[in-house]
Amino acid sequence: MSDIKKFMYVNRRAPYGTVYAWESLEVVLIGAAFDQLVSLAFVDDGVYQIVKGQDTTQLGIKNFSPTYSALGDYGITNIYVEKESLEKRGLTLDDLIPLTYEDENDNYAEKDSIKVVTASELAKVLEEQEVLLNF
Amino acid sequence: MRLAAKGSTVLMFEDGVYGAMQGTTVAATVKTAMKTMQVCVMGPDLKARGIDAAKLIDGIKIVDYSDFVKLSVENDKVQAWL
Repeated sequence: MSDIKKFMYVNRRAPYGTVYAWESLEVVLIGAAFDQLVSLAFVDDGVYQIVKGQDTTQLGIKNFSPTYSALGDYGITNIYVEKESLEKRGLTLDDLIPLTYEDENDNYAEKDSIKVVTASELAKVLEEQEVLLNF
Repeated sequence: MRLAAKGSTVLMFEDGVYGAMQGTTVAATVKTAMKTMQVCVMGPDLKARGIDAAKLIDGIKIVDYSDFVKLSVENDKVQAWL
C-alpha cells in the first residue's frame, strides 16, 4: 500500500470515567496495523491515561493501561505528552508508564517513545500531521 | 464544593478522584473546603487510576463501597453530582 499518511491521535480525557480512552486506543492499533505513520498526543486529562500503577481489580473492569506498552511493537514511536498538562495535575514523567520501542536502525536498542513537549512545540507537531483524530 | 454547605461530607468518585491529588490546580480550593467539610475519596477509583495514597492531599479520607453506603445512611440528604 503506497498511500501512507501521518496520523495523529489526540487524547484529552481520563481513562475509565468515559469510554473515550479505550476507544481511542483501539482505533490507534487499527491505524498502526494498516501501516500508517501513527503518532499519539496526551493533553489535558488525557495524561491520566498513561499514569503507571493502574489496578482496576476492585472496579471489575478491564485495565487497558498495559496495552500502551505494546505501542512500540506496532511501530508507534512518537508519543507526545504536553508538559503544561502534567504540571497542572501535579504529575511528572516519573509518574507515567515508561513507553519504549526497539530501534531497528540502531541494533534494536530500546529507546523512549515519550516526548514531553510544551504546548507551542506540540502545536508545531500537530501542524505537520495529515490526519488528526481527537478523543 | 462551592455550593456545598458547611458540615457536609463530600465524596469524590470515578474521575472526580483526581481532585484529591496534591499539586493540581484545584488543590487549594479543596484544602479550603476541607476547613468546613469532610472530604472522602473512593479507594477503588484511586487504584484503577494509579493514584497512590501518598499523592493525596493530607486529611482526605479513603473509603470503600461499604463506607459509601454508611455515608449515604448517615447523611440525611444525598446530592449526586455526575
